[in-house]
Amino acid sequence: MSKTLFDKVWDAHVVHNVKDGPDVLFIDRHMIHEVTSPVAFLGLKNRDIKVLYPERTFATADHNTPTINQHLPVEDPLSANQLKALEENAKKHGISFWGLGHKKNGIVHVVGPEYGITLPGATMVCGDSHTSTHGAFGAIAFGIGTSEVEMVLASQCIMQPKHKKMRITVSGELQFGVTPKDVALFIISQLTTSGATGYFVEYAGPVFEQMSMEGRMTVCNLSIEMGARGGMIAPDKKTFDYIQDREFTPKGADWDKAMAYWKTLHSDADAVFDKELTFDGAKIEPMITYGTNPGMGTGITQHIPTADTLEGGEATYQKSLDYMGYQEGDALLGKKIDYVFLGSCTNGRIEDFRAFAELVKGRKRAEHVTAWLVPGSHKVLDAIKSEGLFDTLTDAGFELREPGCSACLAMNDDKIPAGKYAVSTSNRNFEGRQGPGSRTLLASPTVAAAAAVTGKVTDPRELINA
Amino acid sequence: MAYDKFTTLTSAAVPLPIENVDTDQIIPARFLKATERVGFGDNLFRDWRYHQDGTPKKDFVLNQSTYDGKILVGGKNFGSGSSREHAAWAVYDYGFRCVISSFFADIFRNNCLNIGVLPVQVSPEFLEEIFNTIQKDPSSSLEVNLPNQTVSLLATGTTESFAINPYKKENLQNGYDDIDYLLNLKDSIQDFAQNTPL
Repeated sequence: MSKTLFDKVWDAHVVHNVKDGPDVLFIDRHMIHEVTSPVAFLGLKNRDIKVLYPERTFATADHNTPTINQHLPVEDPLSANQLKALEENAKKHGISFWGLGHKKNGIVHVVGPEYGITLPGATMVCGDSHTSTHGAFGAIAFGIGTSEVEMVLASQCIMQPKHKKMRITVSGELQFGVTPKDVALFIISQLTTSGATGYFVEYAGPVFEQMSMEGRMTVCNLSIEMGARGGMIAPDKKTFDYIQDREFTPKGADWDKAMAYWKTLHSDADAVFDKELTFDGAKIEPMITYGTNPGMGTGITQHIPTADTLEGGEATYQKSLDYMGYQEGDALLGKKIDYVFLGSCTNGRIEDFRAFAELVKGRKRAEHVTAWLVPGSHKVLDAIKSEGLFDTLTDAGFELREPGCSACLAMNDDKIPAGKYAVSTSNRNFEGRQGPGSRTLLASPTVAAAAAVTGKVTDPRELINA
Repeated sequence: MAYDKFTTLTSAAVPLPIENVDTDQIIPARFLKATERVGFGDNLFRDWRYHQDGTPKKDFVLNQSTYDGKILVGGKNFGSGSSREHAAWAVYDYGFRCVISSFFADIFRNNCLNIGVLPVQVSPEFLEEIFNTIQKDPSSSLEVNLPNQTVSLLATGTTESFAINPYKKENLQNGYDDIDYLLNLKDSIQDFAQNTPL
C-alpha cells in the first residue's frame, strides 16, 4: 500500500495499538528543558521509577535563562531554582546536560540539529510546541505536555492517536527578498491559526526543495502556529550533508545502513493525503503580522484587513486590533516601532544572522530602536564571530547577547515594555507574549533588519535595491 | 498524577466568548517558574484578570461574582499556542473540571485529558446558545454526562452528544493515567527498543 512520508515514519514506531484507542509510539530521541520537565521528574519520584533509557534524552537550559552575564549566578531565585532542578534531575538519572555556560548550550531546537540529535526517520518529542522544527530533517517531531514528558522518561513511549495528513505544496520560485519565514507566515495567514489543527503537514514542491536546512527548520518550526502538531520535509542530499559527521549521527557502517533507509523516506507517488493545498511561491511577498495571533499577517505593502473580509468573530478581531493600537485599513509600511528582536528557535540560526547583517551592513541602527540580537546557541554565536558578522553588527550599532529563548516568551528579564512595538523574528504575537502589554509584529530577519535601521515598518526590498 | 474521577458534572458555567484563546493568556510564561504543580490557578488568565499593579480588572468574567461554576465555556480554537501543561493545570487548579468550546487546539485538549479536565467540543450553534443562555441567566446550569457522552443546557433542554476516545473516556471515569498503561507494556517496549538503534 502506498504511504506518505508521515505514515512510513509513524508506522515504523508503533509498539502497540490500543483497541479503540491511541497508538503506543516509540520515541527515538527526547529533549528536555527546565520549564516543562521538573514536574515530570517529580512524577517519577512519586512513582519510585527511573528513566528507562537516559541515553535517549538530552537536556539543555534555554527558556528561563538570562542573555547577559551568564557567567554570574542567576539573580531571580525562582529561575535559579528551576535551572538547578534540571541539572539535578539530569545528573540523578544520567541524562546529558548542557546547562548555562556549557559550550553546547542553546535553544533546544537549535542545538538538536547542530549536534545530530535530530535524524531523518526518527521520532522526537519535547515539552515545547516548536519541536516541530526537527521535521525539517524528515523526522516526526512534535511538542508534548508535561504528563507526556513523564511518559517518555518512564517508558520511552507516548500514547497518541495517529494524526490526519495534509500536504502543502508551494510551487514556482520565490521573489527577490522573500525568505522562508515569509513563506511560513504566508501559509499561516491563508490557513488561519487553527486551519491545520488535527493534521501533520508535509511541505513539498520546488520552493522547499530549494530551501536551505535552516530555512526548512524555520518553516517546520511554525507548523504549530496554524494548529498542526508538526510539519516535515522529505530528506534529500542537503539533509544528509547537513547531518553527516555530527556528534550524535551514526558513523561508518551504521551511517551506510541508515542512509539506505533514509533514502526511502518520501511520500509514494500515489500516496493519499486527507487534505492537499497548493500555493504559488511567486505570489508571496515579505510578510508582517498586525494582530495577536500568527494567522493575522499580510504582505508588508498591504493594509490591515477590514473585519468583513475575514472569517471569525468581529468582536475578537476588534479586541485584537485595539490591543495593537491599530485600525482596520491602516497601512503597515511606516508604522513606528520601538524594539527589534532577532533570535528564537524560529530565526536564531546563523543564516538568520547573515541575513540581518547583510541588510544593516553600512547602515546604523535607528536611534530610538532598542535591538536584542540573541543567537540560538553558542555554536551560532561562534559562527557569527568567525564569519566576521560580529564586526558588521557592532559597526551598525548592534550588540549581541548570549544564547537563549529570551524575548520570544519573555520568561527572563528580556521583556518588551507595555505599549511598545517590537518587530520580532520569533513565532508568536499573542497578547503579552513578549512582556505584559507588549505589541509584537512577527517578521523575517530581513524585515526586522529594515525596521531596525529605519525605526519603522519598511519594505526591505527598497533597502536591498538601494 | 492522580486526579478526581469524572462521571457526571452539573454546574453553572463561566463564559469567555473570545476566539483563539491561547495558552499564553491562560497562563503567561512568567508564571511557569515553579518546579511543583501548585498554585497555578492563582495566575489563570493573569493579564486579563489583573492590572499590572495586581488589582483585579472588574470587567473580566472571573472577577464578576455573578458567574461561577466548574465549567468554563470558551470561543472557537480554545488553547492554541504553547504546549505548556501549566495552562491545563491552571484551569484545574482554579476549580474547573470541564471546558466547553466549538473547537480545541490539539495539545491543550490532550493535556486536559491527561490531567482529568474534560474538553467537550460542541457545535458552533450550541456554543452560541450556551453563551446566550448564560448571559440571560448566569445561574443556568449545564449537565455534562461522560458515560453517555452528552452535554445538556438545563434551561432550554437542548442536548448534544460529544465525541471522546473510548480509551481516554475509561481513563477519566476511573482516574487512570497513561503511565499506568505504559508501565504494563514494558516488556514489549524493551523488545522494540533493542531493535531500534539510538
